Amino acid sequence: MSSTILEIIRTKGDETESVGRAAYEHPLVVRWCHWINAVSLFVLVGSGLQIFRAFPSFGAKIPQNDLLHWPKAFAIGGWLGGALQWHLTFMWIYLASGLVYVAYQIFSGNYGQVLFTHRDIPGVWPMVKHYFFRGGKPPATEPYNALQKHAYTTVIALGVLSVLTGLAIWKPVQFSWLAWLMGGFHWARLWHFLVMWAMLAFVFGHLIMVVLHGWNNFVSMLTGWKKDPEY
Amino acid sequence: MEPEPRKSVASEDGTETPAANEAAGERADSSSLALKGREVVRSVDPAKFSQISRRELLKVAPVLGLGIFAVPKVQQALLKKGLGFSDWASARLFRRGHHALTFADADLTPVDQFPINDYDVDDPGVNLENWTLTVSGALQKPGEYRLEQVQALPKFRQNTRHVCVEGWDVIGRFGGARFSDFLNMIGADTSASYITLACADDYYESLDMATALHPQTLLCYEMYDRPLTREHGAPLRLSVPTKIGYKQAKYLTALTVTNVLSGRVGYWEDQGYSSFYGL
Repeated sequence: MSSTILEIIRTKGDETESVGRAAYEHPLVVRWCHWINAVSLFVLVGSGLQIFRAFPSFGAKIPQNDLLHWPKAFAIGGWLGGALQWHLTFMWIYLASGLVYVAYQIFSGNYGQVLFTHRDIPGVWPMVKHYFFRGGKPPATEPYNALQKHAYTTVIALGVLSVLTGLAIWKPVQFSWLAWLMGGFHWARLWHFLVMWAMLAFVFGHLIMVVLHGWNNFVSMLTGWKKDPEY
Repeated sequence: MEPEPRKSVASEDGTETPAANEAAGERADSSSLALKGREVVRSVDPAKFSQISRRELLKVAPVLGLGIFAVPKVQQALLKKGLGFSDWASARLFRRGHHALTFADADLTPVDQFPINDYDVDDPGVNLENWTLTVSGALQKPGEYRLEQVQALPKFRQNTRHVCVEGWDVIGRFGGARFSDFLNMIGADTSASYITLACADDYYESLDMATALHPQTLLCYEMYDRPLTREHGAPLRLSVPTKIGYKQAKYLTALTVTNVLSGRVGYWEDQGYSSFYGL
């Protein structure tokens, strides 16, 4: 895996000086998929919570014990039918962006940038010390450190699970084996719900890190180029 | 690790720029360990870099096209298309020979915990004495059919899952005649696309022919081995374990075999719910 690095130089008369570097971190396909996925995840979570409002429980219908009352203001679709329209429309966009992303990562070889493998294990503890116990920052050698790779690999797995659990509750008869793997329709619905919260936990951490890592890092997901990378 | 050899760096116009080489080389020397195979491929001036960045930003701009979903005028049409696509995919996923799971008696939801869902009233006041099912459309023997004629067909009992669009599910015991047997009895043209159903409470539904012919699709007159109670749809309702709950109409009064739905798919469907909703 190697990525393109630019040296940015300023010329004044005969003199030139290096004023920074830039690394091409995110190919266009990845940027497209990232933002399409971000929008569709937002819509799917919002409409999913509106769908959940129709039966906010994982127990019996009679007697019904509600788990939580999610406010309508933080949901999308306005009513069950409307929310289902949003959900059944954006699930295709979500699926398509996910499939294109995974296929691109595999066939381009770009997956090495985000895939957590056994080689990343030694880098885990130093990063944990740095993030949570005020340890020194280990030197960066590539775009993502071990914990970032772990997070991105996990969220891709969660994405796959969100599709599979969703399929199991949308088509519990045609994909009865899938529903069976999850403990039946009833449990698949709970798994789908839990996978959503796990993804939201990722998004929460992701957004915090985006803020902490600053503007150049954020811009890289728009232009592909990260100015003055640490490596 | 050995410092990386200095690379010859070409500037944008292809000419060698020694100074850039110098700068890149210094970098490579000081951080060769970190670079790990990365190399400075070329040097650009800040204006050029801004231009590259702008171009790349523009390439991402089409994603803003998703914003069309926020335009009120087209939003409904787009969501209808999305729902229509889901229905199309659902119909492709439906397999005629694939049975829904059946359950042991021990798994049944107790009859008093089987929800009663109506859009209007629990009991539309059907006259059970004089009840008939009015049959019409693309079939050989139209007319009024009595409950006894449905009950004369082979009887099937099944413990199947009933899934509501709201998200809850129960396992109920349903008994009745196969819809396919009834269609056969009335000489229905099974190459037609749909069967429309009318109900005593003005509810209406439709079923695609493939689902109507599925062996688990029942004209149901018993639940839990007892005649249907009024609130569960007496005297005749649908039991379709391959469909969502709202497709399983109660208090049936009329049935038509047809190729066109003329804008009337079903009570909930016409308000924006999925038309096919196969499970």
